[in-house]
Amino acid sequence: MTKSSFSSIQSEYLALIDHTKCVRCKRCIQNCGWGTYSFGGDKIIADHFKCVACGRCYTYCPEGAISIVKNPTVIRENYNWQEYHIRNIWKQSETGGIVISGMGTTFKYKKYFDHILLDACQVTNPSIDPLREPMELKTYLGKKPSKIELDFNEEGEPVLKTKMPPQIELQTPFVFGAMSYGSISLNAQKAVALAARALGIVMNTGEGGLHDDLIPFGKNIIVQVASGRFGVHRDYLNSGIAVEIKIGQGAKPGIGGHLPGEKIGMDISRTRMIPIGTDAISPAPHHDIYSIEDLRQLIFAIKEATNYEKPVSVKVAAVHNIAAIVSGIVRAGADIVYIDGYTGGTGAAPNIIKDHVGIPIELALAQVDERLRDEGIRNEASIIAAGSIRSSADAVKAITLGADAVAIGTAALIVMGCHVCGRCNTGNCSWGITTQRPELVRRLDPEVYGERLYNLISAWSHEIQEVLGAMGVNSIESLRGSRERLRGIELTDAELRVLGIKHAGL
Amino acid sequence: MITIDAKGMYYRDLNRLIREGIAKGVKKFFLENVNGQYYIGDGIKGDDIVINVNGVPGNDLGAFMDGPTIIVNDNAQDNVGNTMNAGKILIKGDAGDVVGYGMRGGRIYILGNAGYRVGIHMKGYNEQLPVIIIGGKVGSFFAEYMAGGVIILLGLNDTGDTGSDYFAVGMHGGVIYLRKKIDFSKYSKEVELYEADDNDMAFLKKYLSEYADSFNISIEDIMGGSFYKIVPSSARPYAHLYTSA
Repeated sequence: MTKSSFSSIQSEYLALIDHTKCVRCKRCIQNCGWGTYSFGGDKIIADHFKCVACGRCYTYCPEGAISIVKNPTVIRENYNWQEYHIRNIWKQSETGGIVISGMGTTFKYKKYFDHILLDACQVTNPSIDPLREPMELKTYLGKKPSKIELDFNEEGEPVLKTKMPPQIELQTPFVFGAMSYGSISLNAQKAVALAARALGIVMNTGEGGLHDDLIPFGKNIIVQVASGRFGVHRDYLNSGIAVEIKIGQGAKPGIGGHLPGEKIGMDISRTRMIPIGTDAISPAPHHDIYSIEDLRQLIFAIKEATNYEKPVSVKVAAVHNIAAIVSGIVRAGADIVYIDGYTGGTGAAPNIIKDHVGIPIELALAQVDERLRDEGIRNEASIIAAGSIRSSADAVKAITLGADAVAIGTAALIVMGCHVCGRCNTGNCSWGITTQRPELVRRLDPEVYGERLYNLISAWSHEIQEVLGAMGVNSIESLRGSRERLRGIELTDAELRVLGIKHAGL
Repeated sequence: MITIDAKGMYYRDLNRLIREGIAKGVKKFFLENVNGQYYIGDGIKGDDIVINVNGVPGNDLGAFMDGPTIIVNDNAQDNVGNTMNAGKILIKGDAGDVVGYGMRGGRIYILGNAGYRVGIHMKGYNEQLPVIIIGGKVGSFFAEYMAGGVIILLGLNDTGDTGSDYFAVGMHGGVIYLRKKIDFSKYSKEVELYEADDNDMAFLKKYLSEYADSFNISIEDIMGGSFYKIVPSSARPYAHLYTSA
C-alpha cells in the first residue's frame, strides 16, 4: 500500500517558548537531538510533533524560556479506550509496524517494593550507630562451597584448605547492568566504567563486545555472551572478571535483540566484529541451547576457555516458572544467576512484549530464593536482582528477599541526564546516552558523569548502612534472605505467600 | 610433539593436558582413543599448533579457538568450531549439528555430511573470512541468520536433494555456494540465487583446491560443472517490521 502523508496522530507534547524571555541564543536548536527547534527568521519556532519530552532543551536554556507541557488538546478520557491504545491503533494503521520503544514498561502495575516495610530495633537487640560502628557491605559473587575445611600453619593460625571457586569481590552490593556499546554510547560506557572502578564494583558489556578503551577496566567488567556472539572471542572471554551468558532480559523475555544497521558505524563494527551497516541481530534463542544440558555445555565451554578462573553468570528474565528455571541453571553449573524483572529497561523492544510479558522481580526473587534453599543448592550460585531498582530502599528489600546484589541500569542513565522518555531506539538521545551521533555523544563527559555515578552509589551504600544499623545488624550478609525482617502492607494473602513475608502488624 | 592416550580420560583432564602442553611450547599433539570428550581445543591460541584426533571427539570441538589446526580422522559431534576466531578444523567423516555457530574466521572442512543449523550466525569481519566447506549434504536451518563469511555446499555422492528446509532463513550477509541447484521453494525469501561468475570460480578454486588436498581427492571431481551462489537481498532484512512509539 502507498503511504498516506496525512497522519491523524496529534503531538504528545508542546514545546512552548516564552518569546519575551528568549534571547535567540539558539542553544535549544543545538541541544535538541530530535530537531524540534528551528530559527524562523526572527524567533525560535518549535515543531511539537518531534518533541519527546527528553528535557534537554529547558535544562540548557539559559533564560528559562522553554516549557514542555503535555498537549492539552485531549483525546477524550475513557478508562477502557485509553490514549495509549488509540495512539497505537493510529500509528499501526499508518505504518503496519510493530510498535517499539526504549526503557521499561510505562504501565501502572503494582510495585511490590512499595508494599514492603523494613523492620527496626527498639529497646532490646538495640540498633547500631553506623556513624561509629563498622558496617560491612562487601559482597562476593560466585559459587560457595557447601562446607569449608581448615588447616593450621606453624604458628597455629587457621588457613583455608578448601579451594574456593572464583569470586567477584564487590565493595558494595551493586553492579551496573548490561548495556552494550551500540545501545548506549561509548562515553556513557566509559562513565559507568570509571564509576565501577572507583567504587570497587563491576559493569557489564552487554552483547556489544569490549571496546579497546575499556580493556584497562577489565577487573571491573563482566563480559557478556549472547546469541549473536558479537565481539566474542577467546581474549574477550579472558579480559573481564567474569563471563555472563545472556538468555533473557526483563524488558523483553523470550525475544532477541536487534541493533539496526544505521547504528553500525566503524567503531561499533570493530567492537562487535561485524561489517559496517549490517543489522546486528541477536536471535531470540541461542541456537545451540535447547535444554539445561545444552546450557551446561556452553557454561563449561566458557569455563574451559577461561581455565576455570572466571565465574560464569547466566542472565534470565523473570517469567512464570522462574524458580524451576533458576534451579536448572544452578544445576547446569552457573556461578551467578542474574534475574531481570519485567520492569527492566532496554534499548529497544516491542511494546507488546515490554508491557505484557514477565513477572515482578520481587515475586520472582522470593520464589527463587525459597526454591534454592529447599533444594539445598542456594550456596551453589549468587543471585543478582534487577528490573528497575530505583533507590537504596529497593536494593535493601531485594537483598532481604534473597538477592546477593542488585543491578543498576536505568538509574545510572538517569544520572547522566536521562528523563526516561523511552525513545532510546531512535538513536537521537539528546543527552548523548543512547545515540551514536558524534555531535550528541560528545556532550556526555565520562569524567563528570562517572563522578556522579560514584556519588549516587556511595550515597545509596551509606543509606544501606543506616538501615542495617537501624535493624541492628552490622553486615549486609546478615540481612540476605532474612525475610522475617520484612512485612507487607496492602497485600493479599496470595501475595504475602508468594513473597514469603507476614503482613504488617503480625 | 606429544601423544596422549585419551582412553577413559575425563574431558577436563584431557583438555588440561593440552593446555599445559601448549604452555610448555608443544606444537603437535596426537590424541589417541578419543571417545566423545567435550571441548577439545576450546579457547586455545597459536597458529602453529596442530592437534591430530583419532577417534570421535565430543561437542564443542575447537570452540572459541584462535589459530590452531585440528584434524579429526573420524566423525565429529555437535558444535564444531563454536564462535571460532581463526584456525582450521578438518573432519574426515561427518559432523553433527550447529557447525561454526557465530564463527568469525578460520576454516572448517568436512568431508562428509553435516547436521542441522550449519553456519548459523556466521559472520565475516574486515580481513577475517570464515569458510565452511561441506562435501555431502546438510540438515535444516542451514545458514540461518548468516551474517558473513562463505559456505560451500558440494553435495558430492549425493543423488538426492542437497538442500534442506528453512534454507538460509534470516540470512543478511555472506555468500553460499552450491554445486547443485536445489529446489527454490526451500530458499528463504530473503535471498537471491545467481550463477557463479569468473570471480566466484577463482575464489572457489582457491579454497576447493585446499579442500581437495586436505582429503586427498581430485579437484577436477569437485570443480566440474557450474556453481550457483546465494546472497542476501538486504543487509537489513527486518528493518521494515518496526515503528517507533
